[in-house]
Amino acid sequence: MTVPNGDQRDRSDRSPWNWLLLVPIALPLLPFLFNSDEPRLFGFPAFYWLQLAFIAVGVTCTTIVYQMTKRRR
Amino acid sequence: MEQHLTEIIIFTALFLLVSGMGFVAARWRRPTDLASLDEWGLGGRNFGSWITWFLVGGDLYTAYTFVAVPALLWSAGAMGFFAVPYTIVIYPMVFLVLIRLWSVSHVHGFVTPADFVRARFGSPTLALLVAITGIVATMPYIALQLVGIEAVLKSMGVTGHLPIIIAFAILAAYTYQSGLRAPALIAFVKDTLIYIVILVAVVVIPIKLGGWDLIFDKAQEKFAASPALSDGTLLNANNQLQYVTLAFGSALALFLYPHSITGVLASRNRDVIKRNMSALPAYSLLLGLIALLGYMAIAAGTTPIGKDNNTIVPRLFDQMFPDWFTGVAYAAVGIGALVPAAIMSIAAANLFTRNVYKEYLKRDASDADEARVSKITSLLVKVGAVACILFLDTGFSIDLQLIGGVIILQTLPAVALGLYTRWFHRGGLIAGWVAGMTAGMVLLYNIGNPVTGKLHFAGSAFPLEKLGLDTKMTVYAGILALAVNLIVAALGTVIARAVNAPDGDDTTRPDHYLADEGDPRIKDLDFSPGAPRSH
Repeated sequence: MTVPNGDQRDRSDRSPWNWLLLVPIALPLLPFLFNSDEPRLFGFPAFYWLQLAFIAVGVTCTTIVYQMTKRRR
Repeated sequence: MEQHLTEIIIFTALFLLVSGMGFVAARWRRPTDLASLDEWGLGGRNFGSWITWFLVGGDLYTAYTFVAVPALLWSAGAMGFFAVPYTIVIYPMVFLVLIRLWSVSHVHGFVTPADFVRARFGSPTLALLVAITGIVATMPYIALQLVGIEAVLKSMGVTGHLPIIIAFAILAAYTYQSGLRAPALIAFVKDTLIYIVILVAVVVIPIKLGGWDLIFDKAQEKFAASPALSDGTLLNANNQLQYVTLAFGSALALFLYPHSITGVLASRNRDVIKRNMSALPAYSLLLGLIALLGYMAIAAGTTPIGKDNNTIVPRLFDQMFPDWFTGVAYAAVGIGALVPAAIMSIAAANLFTRNVYKEYLKRDASDADEARVSKITSLLVKVGAVACILFLDTGFSIDLQLIGGVIILQTLPAVALGLYTRWFHRGGLIAGWVAGMTAGMVLLYNIGNPVTGKLHFAGSAFPLEKLGLDTKMTVYAGILALAVNLIVAALGTVIARAVNAPDGDDTTRPDHYLADEGDPRIKDLDFSPGAPRSH
């Protein structure tokens, strides 16, 4: 099966939106941001609730990147 | 055993239910013929967002994780929470990588990561190394799933190895018959049960214990009283680097494991993968809450059975829940072990079939031959895992799993970087693999634990002190080994180019990494016999 090079549907995966993915990669890897007991939230020390909150940051960023880089078919 | 009768009945009933589903799964989504790896080993390569979410979620977040992570928090505190940052950074990190892997794999019909390496670098040797690494890293992982089941059985007063052998025999039988469809279907039940159990647990148990404040305070008290310096509900100056490198290194390793890639390649198109990168973190939240069960166990004064910390969570359930619900919780863990064990054995079997059998033993193997060999290998892999548990100390499986994480990382330059660049020379990559493996083994060998008196392979936290640095900090050994690998691979590439060493052919083209469903380059999966195949 041969298909000519430079097929029109081929768009690159490059997009400035992709940079947003760096946020949820960097945040959880910087312990000075969250390694403390105070402030507590619902009894959770900051160390625990902040890292659980980073999950939401991750979901938000990947969702935005997905929506903004969707290919039209 | 009598006092656990209700639990045993519910556990057995649910276990038999999913076993039945496993056999019926062969008829699910009606394949015309199961006799090819695309059907048996990848479920028809056509799973949508929901199935993929359950399948990959059930695959990555294993039963062992569910008992071992809280056990780690119970004994060491904050360090055990690394599982949360680990499972947060993983998805944005692989977001762009996996869609490239999906595209090139679907254009060329790759079933394993080693298939890709074979085509990209034109080196059967490098592909063989990647395949062996994958198989070796996966075996102890399967054995650890048995440890998960064992922890639950022990808590019900069921001892001896016979129940586990029976459970694995059933698992082996339906995986043999249904392939990847079996764990995909069972994952629905497994994950639903786990979500219910954990949501109930994190509401009910804290209420019974007097609130989250009290739970964390009790944990703090315990660690303050213990003689060990590295524990506590927060990180200290010496283990922060270990926390970060372990989270990051584990994230790099996760999607190099063949069973993770199997789940990804079984999905229908690139959008399914991208959507799942946003949806899979739901499991990370679940894992974070499960981890905190370790602190609840401290507050509740739960004690493990003997010295087996993995029984902490089952014991906590037994203490807090009525018998029937404990039975459901135990079933969730037990079934939770079956899904990843099935996928892992399929992935390992595919590696053997494609990269050893077809490459070296039978060049002209047909689709049906491949499926047959894979099915038999999947049985052998499970026998091997059971043998690990029967004949080796459980602690040894955990050591092997630890080593597994470090060695699977050594395939990163060829598999993950290979998706982006063809700069590396195959000779350089092989040299890097050898160097990284050696470095990893030497590092792990030199990690001891003064508390348990174990001298070697006692963990993954390598003290930087041993490299002559004046510090008490520790770092994840896998990251160091990977650094050695990358340096040697780069140097080897430069040298190989300088002496004009012959490089392999690359049969992939840049546009292959971008193809999506509906593209004419994506192969029609109903291969008729003798249809041209390009690998």
